[in-house]
Amino acid sequence: MKNTVLIWLAIGLAGFAFLPWHMTDDGLFDPVWINDGNASTGLFSALSGQWWLAPAGLAPLMAIAVQLFVQAPVRRARITLAIAIAGLFLIALQGMIIVRAGPRILEWLFTGEAALAGQPGMGAGAGLCALALLFVATVSISQSGKGQGDAFVVSTIGLIVALVGIFVFFPVMHILVRAFEVDGGYSLTEFFPRFFSADIWGLGCLFGPRSCGVAINSLFLGVMTGAGTTLLGLSFALIFTRTDFRAKKLLRVLTVLPIITPPFVIGLALILLFGRAGTVTEFVADLFGWEKTRWVYGFWGVYFAQLLSFTPIAFLVLIGVVQGVSPSMEEASQTLDADRWQTFRYVSLPLMRPGLANAFLLGFIESLADFGNPLVLGSGYSVLSTEIFFSIVGAVADPAKAAILAIALLTLTLSAFMAQRIWLGKKSYATITGKADSGQNASLNPALRTLCYATALPWAALTLVVYSMIIFGSFVKLWGYDHSFTLAHFIRAFGFDLSSGRLTGVAWDSYFTTLTIASIAAPLTALVGLSTAYLLVRQKFIGKDAFEFSTMLSFAIPGTVIGVSYIMAFNFPPIELTGTSIILIIVFVFRNMPVGVRGGIAAMSQLDKSLDEASITLGANSFATVRRVILPLMGPAILAALTYSFVRAITSVSAVIFLVSAKHNMATSFIVGRVENGEFGLAIAYSAVLIVTMLAAILLLQLMVGTRRLRRADRVQQTA
Amino acid sequence: MKRLGMISVATLALSASGVLADELSVVCSAEQDWCDLMVSAFEAEHPDTDVLMVRKSTGETLAQVRAEAGNPKIDVWWGGTGDPHLIAAEEGLTQASGVDTSELLGWAQNMADISNGKAIGIYAGALGIAYNADILSEKSIEPPQCWADLEDPRFEGEIQVANPNSSGTAYTELATFVQLFGEDEAMVKLAAVGKNVNSYTKSGSAPSKAAARGETGVSIGFMHDMVKLAAQGFPLKIVAPCEGTGYEVGAVSVIEGARNPEAAKAWVAFALRADVQSRAPEVGSFQVPSNSNAKVAPESPDLASIKLIDYDFATYGSSDTRGRLLARWDAEVGDPNPQK
Repeated sequence: MKNTVLIWLAIGLAGFAFLPWHMTDDGLFDPVWINDGNASTGLFSALSGQWWLAPAGLAPLMAIAVQLFVQAPVRRARITLAIAIAGLFLIALQGMIIVRAGPRILEWLFTGEAALAGQPGMGAGAGLCALALLFVATVSISQSGKGQGDAFVVSTIGLIVALVGIFVFFPVMHILVRAFEVDGGYSLTEFFPRFFSADIWGLGCLFGPRSCGVAINSLFLGVMTGAGTTLLGLSFALIFTRTDFRAKKLLRVLTVLPIITPPFVIGLALILLFGRAGTVTEFVADLFGWEKTRWVYGFWGVYFAQLLSFTPIAFLVLIGVVQGVSPSMEEASQTLDADRWQTFRYVSLPLMRPGLANAFLLGFIESLADFGNPLVLGSGYSVLSTEIFFSIVGAVADPAKAAILAIALLTLTLSAFMAQRIWLGKKSYATITGKADSGQNASLNPALRTLCYATALPWAALTLVVYSMIIFGSFVKLWGYDHSFTLAHFIRAFGFDLSSGRLTGVAWDSYFTTLTIASIAAPLTALVGLSTAYLLVRQKFIGKDAFEFSTMLSFAIPGTVIGVSYIMAFNFPPIELTGTSIILIIVFVFRNMPVGVRGGIAAMSQLDKSLDEASITLGANSFATVRRVILPLMGPAILAALTYSFVRAITSVSAVIFLVSAKHNMATSFIVGRVENGEFGLAIAYSAVLIVTMLAAILLLQLMVGTRRLRRADRVQQTA
Repeated sequence: MKRLGMISVATLALSASGVLADELSVVCSAEQDWCDLMVSAFEAEHPDTDVLMVRKSTGETLAQVRAEAGNPKIDVWWGGTGDPHLIAAEEGLTQASGVDTSELLGWAQNMADISNGKAIGIYAGALGIAYNADILSEKSIEPPQCWADLEDPRFEGEIQVANPNSSGTAYTELATFVQLFGEDEAMVKLAAVGKNVNSYTKSGSAPSKAAARGETGVSIGFMHDMVKLAAQGFPLKIVAPCEGTGYEVGAVSVIEGARNPEAAKAWVAFALRADVQSRAPEVGSFQVPSNSNAKVAPESPDLASIKLIDYDFATYGSSDTRGRLLARWDAEVGDPNPQK
């Protein structure tokens, strides 16, 4: 352990002495920084006038001395901890105080040319140094006896807390404080009347012809969508695991399609089917002689689109959980003379509670944060996400209103989160134990099976129709009007010149950028998400509830708010990231992490702790336990996290719009531009290509992750 | 733990990125194809300059320019309706480019005068009414000719227009009504039209797209957007209202604190040239160019034949007037989304 600390100290010192402390203009791997006299290593800068950087080098040096000369282990750990924290604090402090324009406060302290010249954002040296000090601190905490003396666990907690702090809290604070802003200052008394106004919480629609407040609209939509998607997701999961339905493969593809669909496409397809001039509407109107209506614009259209879009998320969470319910429990129930309905109702269903609760929570939050569907179909039905977007980019920009609405949205999310905690309670849902377990999952009783088919199959059929429409739309001249076959949209987007090998299509650039960023973001997201889930389920530490909620925060905040807050926070030193690809990767990792967390928690609550304990008893440390015992059993959760984060990096739009730059343009922002321009054909052709790409990627991921084997064979009891 | 460390180091390694000396960063708020055309044309003339262009709507761009104030990553903001450009100029987010505007038409010079040379007009687009010919003939509704026709009950549930609180297009319409009829009368008329409106959309271009697809019968919006949709093959007919109509002026601005001000000024000068502006119809953009020597496409709405009002950008672009008019719109034209 002492060695671990020494290694990290050496790394930190190396970062200070040999890597450029500040951001360089030419990239890390360009050796220009060595002798161009501008950006230089922390050591060099500290010696040449930027004395405030010295603590970053002194801290590791002092800590090394402590390692070598202090003998008592606990005392040594405590002193090291104090030094590391002081070092981190001073690094952060100097970064906040001295920006590009020189010192912001304490001018009397920071005098001289070097300080007045200011400094650029932190670079590789600073990052490595801070990271090393962070790990030194966490390892020291574990050495001083806290956190059950487990360095891996404490370090992971420390790292995730630091990351969430920097990339979620720090930017979000930037925008939330604006809710309290009045002319020239801040005020609490101004905030409350604005927050509780009837525009937000009004119940007018219940008692009269007025519309309800936006928060009430959002809440109603969210609850309906959460309930609807959970129900549909459960039906699908049950069909997959508990019936011998023949076309499972096709169904599986259908359940994945909606999440791999770029925004606006589902809304557009619904308009073409159910809009006033839609195919289905015209057919039905002719058949029954009804007036063609615009029912699809408003609550029902948005609800419909959200059910289509978010059911797969519920399904991804629930499939792992439903699979995980141990057959031996069900067999025990049946042995005790329960029929199949009773077994399902009193044994299987209660064991699925963590899955149901998490699926509902995700559906609810997704619905609240959804932006594309309400924009296309919402019409008069205002919800928080669109309202926030237009308070930022609308004709009257009102960041304070946006911040207040964002707080309203967070209030709803927090309440849903609390309600879920209360409903789940403190019961144990572990069903995957190390014990031999080779039973058969009980198949569904006939009534329930019919019910599952009746809810899931029409939905599947609708999905199939919507996607056939999309494919069809990409091959016709003018979707909805001129249905003559053409390849022109594909050639314009993805054309290439065989003779010269040049890519002539307009979409190639954004296509490659998108794929690269998504492939980098996905594994990082899964890693951060599942590590967090592991900590939350398996470890006990102070402030766990707050920690859990903070990991959900970024998900609950609409993309627009995240996008703007990221610009506000990361456009200036100490952390300057705007215009780079890294800011896109980070925004994806921290926005999509909650899905990894929720899925991971749901799957991990089912793994009996005795498995970990057995592994620990046999002498493995907690890292080995995670790698060899827990990870292999987490297959579906890993797959879900990887798939979801990969796909969301490709399809999310509202956060990205503010963060894309000319160098790093993303597919969605390209598509939105085309849709705004009225070029539906090109937008749909591009979407179709993205859908195929993502489908291929998902199949590949599925192959790579493999399926977990919980028992010798997953069998469903044959209906006799 | 070490593994975590390795990944973080790899992440950091990616973070260091760079800016070359001859890069010009452009945000384009016009149509994508027009943006692409401008970039390739500019690069052909300035081979040393690498133009980095991204398309964002005016609202998004203004939000970004505000958030980045002090350390901007954008050099030039080209295209998009003039109001946000004027707001940026008023807030000191853009700088005067000092480019010669003597060849420009009056309305374009006017914009430069209002903003002290910070925002210069590059094109104009008139506000109009569009109707779906199929829908109206099917329902045998007489097409509209004037703004006043839209108050007629025959259009009940057929009109779509954007909400001026979120859309600059709809605010132009509101300001046009006020300038045509006076403030009080305008509110009465807008409320009367409002009785026929089926939905106040968030986005300004949405109503015409809906009319093109037959989701609504009549839309209010900018004529060049409607021309574009009609050119694609939708049964959309365009009407210049008989009372006269307002218009928008698209603008170009150089961002205050731009990293590459020289190239940015070169871009502005380039964008104002007659031969450059004449190329817009090549990519289906039918706005009226601001350079008096530029060729106007035959499809473009002919501003000479449209009765244009003398739109007062200085008054109606100011935050005070805007706030007052929108508050009145909310109160008098009413609840944008009543439950039916």
